[in-house]
Amino acid sequence: MELLNIAIKAIFIENMVLAFFLGMCSFLALSKKVETATGLGLAVVFVLTLTTPLNWLIHHYLLRDGAMAWTGVPALAALDLSFLNFICFIAVIACSVQLVEMVLDRFFPPLYTALGIFLPLITVNCSILGGSLFMVERGYTLPQSVVFGFGAGFGFFLAIATLSAIRKKLRYSNIPPGLKGLGITFILTGLMAIGFLCFSGISL
Amino acid sequence: MAKAKQIILDPLSDNNPITIQVLGICSALAVTVKLETAAVMCLALTSVLVLSNVIISLLRKAIPAKIRMIVEMCVIATLVIIADQLLKAYLFDVSRQLSVFVGLIITNCIVMGRAEAFALQNPPLPSLLDGLGNGLGYSVILISVATIRELIGSGALYGVRVLPESYMGNGLAMLAPGAFIIIGLLIWAQRTAIKKFETD
Repeated sequence: MELLNIAIKAIFIENMVLAFFLGMCSFLALSKKVETATGLGLAVVFVLTLTTPLNWLIHHYLLRDGAMAWTGVPALAALDLSFLNFICFIAVIACSVQLVEMVLDRFFPPLYTALGIFLPLITVNCSILGGSLFMVERGYTLPQSVVFGFGAGFGFFLAIATLSAIRKKLRYSNIPPGLKGLGITFILTGLMAIGFLCFSGISL
Repeated sequence: MAKAKQIILDPLSDNNPITIQVLGICSALAVTVKLETAAVMCLALTSVLVLSNVIISLLRKAIPAKIRMIVEMCVIATLVIIADQLLKAYLFDVSRQLSVFVGLIITNCIVMGRAEAFALQNPPLPSLLDGLGNGLGYSVILISVATIRELIGSGALYGVRVLPESYMGNGLAMLAPGAFIIIGLLIWAQRTAIKKFETD
């Protein structure tokens, strides 16, 4: 029940894109076509579900204050390496994206070609690093961080798929020249965010 | 000298990182609820950007082309860790409010983008100016969005109340949708002013 709560919160109420503005760059740049948007969305779900628990393990067993107590060595147990969080997390993300890419290429070539360039680009998508940083800040447990990673990714998928569908319709509308492209997309995202605000009344 | 001036001034309006190049949007929206957090964020980002540009430009002949991304990431991540530790030490309250967004400077596309597009091909001094210019271009937009949001949202500027007490404050400006709409309108205004339109 608590896990379901976290998932729903991550998908709707605290949507990565619409409430925390994470992953905006790729959200705006790649939402022109529905196919690419869904491809990117799926890749984000996959990578977030993978990296959040991985980073949880690294944070809990290597980096946080007294994390290395399991080694039994007092000198190691006294260490607090949490200032290395950022650099370790980004390294884990870059490596796992590379790994996912190789595995997909070897075993699921159709999915690999469908995702194409978006897979490597995910490394610099802020929502991935953001997911790991939120996981640390909110002190999730391992199962919670799996669910949170998946929920956050799915929220991103939902938002980008919806936006790309709306932008498809935009092609036939008459927009002032200065507002074309980025401007109108921002205002649309704002309206979508208002829609998502309605979910904030849900309490589980 | 004229070139140096151009490197600094160009990103301020004609080639603004946020409104024209569409880089580094995430933090631009998230930290602009109040002027104070926005100002600290601008300072942190500008210093990381200037330093990373200078360091990468100094290393540009030593970095092998194949692993340049990883090298850039390491330089940027190290600088961000330093910035984060400094903020935690001297501005703890603001650093709490910025929460994960200081860490997210690592994945801020402006820093990576300038390293790739400018610092790798240019000597340290122009890179420093380029970093400064882009940092300022980012700051101009952040400060204006934060000013509008704080003024409309709570009738205050930098925590000091400026509008009369009878002004209730419009909660929408403080929420996420307000940020999106305000930045959309700003982009409209700026693109109309400099007549730089997107063709779809």
